[in-house]
Amino acid sequence: MSKKVLVIGEAREGSLRNVTFEAIAAANIVSDGGEVVGVLCGSGDLEPLGQEMVYYGAEKVVTISNEELKTYTSDGYSQAIQEVIDEESPEGIIMGHTAIGKDLTPKLASRLESGLISDATEVVAEGGNIVFTRPIFSGKAFEKKQITDGLVFATIRPNNIPALERDDSLSGQVVAKDVTISNIRTIIKDVIRKSSDGVDLSEAKVIVAGGRGVKSAEGFEPLTELADVLGGTVGASRGACDAGYCDYSLQIGQTGKVVTPDLYIACGISGAIQHLAGMSNSKIIVAVNKDPEANIFNVADYGIVGDLFDVVPKLIEEIKAMKVNA
Amino acid sequence: MNIFVLLKRTFDTEEKIAINNGRIEDDGAEYIINPYDEYAVEEAINIRDEHGGEVTVVTIGDEDAEKQLRTALAMGADQAVLINTEDDLEEGDQFTTVKILEAFFDDREADIILAGNVAIDEASGQVGPRLAERLNMSCVTTITSITIDGDTANIERDVEGDVEKVETSLPLLVTCQQGLNEPRYPSLPGIMKAKKKPLEELEIDDLDLEEDDVEPKTKTIEIFLPPEKQAGKVLEGEMDDQVKELVSLLKTEAKVL
Repeated sequence: MSKKVLVIGEAREGSLRNVTFEAIAAANIVSDGGEVVGVLCGSGDLEPLGQEMVYYGAEKVVTISNEELKTYTSDGYSQAIQEVIDEESPEGIIMGHTAIGKDLTPKLASRLESGLISDATEVVAEGGNIVFTRPIFSGKAFEKKQITDGLVFATIRPNNIPALERDDSLSGQVVAKDVTISNIRTIIKDVIRKSSDGVDLSEAKVIVAGGRGVKSAEGFEPLTELADVLGGTVGASRGACDAGYCDYSLQIGQTGKVVTPDLYIACGISGAIQHLAGMSNSKIIVAVNKDPEANIFNVADYGIVGDLFDVVPKLIEEIKAMKVNA
Repeated sequence: MNIFVLLKRTFDTEEKIAINNGRIEDDGAEYIINPYDEYAVEEAINIRDEHGGEVTVVTIGDEDAEKQLRTALAMGADQAVLINTEDDLEEGDQFTTVKILEAFFDDREADIILAGNVAIDEASGQVGPRLAERLNMSCVTTITSITIDGDTANIERDVEGDVEKVETSLPLLVTCQQGLNEPRYPSLPGIMKAKKKPLEELEIDDLDLEEDDVEPKTKTIEIFLPPEKQAGKVLEGEMDDQVKELVSLLKTEAKVL
């Protein structure tokens, strides 16, 4: 049965996050031939971003530009999006499982008294039902879930559901909507940027992660360089965070982030079960560790037994050389 | 100050997961307080010690959850509430949980509610913000620091690695992120005292709820384990050659470069 599905888009530093395009693709499955409508909140001229959502498969995009929506607040965004929901009466809503998605969607679902399936890694239409697959126990297991009553509402994990091909011959309406925002109860005083390049761990295609074997904060420098060369980002095991080598926001594992990059390079990480839960669903895993018995080798596609301070610089040179030759 | 903590009992992070008859095998499993909820308990105790008041820990579950509640009491919480759904509910989801909690908080006049930002088992991360919305409370998720002065709370939150500084006012619901504090271990006198601290047990009847009111909106149709990751290839030879081989494999075989 075809449905009208709303996609809540998300922009960062003036461009749409990739997960927004992935959400359009997921909405396309949920809609089953019905209409996919995008909504985008922010400030300034949002028309080009709305147009971009059209090229990725939205038939219509509602943009809400308002100074009060310049930075995300759950009160501001939920008011704005609630108005679009009231107007469009969608039967489904899809958004990325990002920091904003995690904060906003439960609030909306609670208001709408609807179900919400968070952090889906797969969406399929099975005999008229929409079935979502999502990790539980940080990826130690998975469950298939469906909405039994009302709105088909879900967030999707970045990097898992492929976006549709961009097609700039697609046309659709981009409609600007005015919304009055009142009663924002949280005031954002300041944002301190710590993530160097804006690549979030959960969205990164390549992650270079360090463990206790990195030995110090300075020890992360070659890892950062390797990540830069690969266009990726740096992560860490709990051991490295607890030892104070890096910030907890980099932690990957059962507490911390769960990641699924295309390439995960584990350096000086022994591979405790809690860490494996956070990264073992990565597509390709490389392990570098001095200890040939380290548990990480049991999940690695490729392993090098050696000192990371010897291996990583060599790896950087080799990849640079490859890029020059290419 | 009237301080509440939402607590969930979860599998220990050391547990391997097995499936039996389509369900997660829980025979012989070790349980803990969800690690993110432990940050919430610790912070609640700190807030009380600074501002006065009482800390009440609340959980929904069966009588086995008493153990985790007693642990929170041993850490320093003042009282606990177990909302026992064992006899009434077969299935539930976050909608169910929040319906029950909404009814529970109806006449409690909470100044601040602390919860984990996510539970390490089902990992929906929905209960905190959903409840705040029902209670019409201000809500700040994934906090790493909180200072309360009168009715004002100054908070730092983790937003994908960045730090956002937020000001808001009480009553307030926050969800806790790693880095907020270092949860204490219960002391021996703490454990002794905890045995005598009040633990109230409620059923959904006591909250004027019927089973129909809390009927879940979602259902799990299958649980499965991911394909076991096979150990791959450990390279051999001179280190320079190993590195060359690795790059070549990543490019041609794995196709990730």
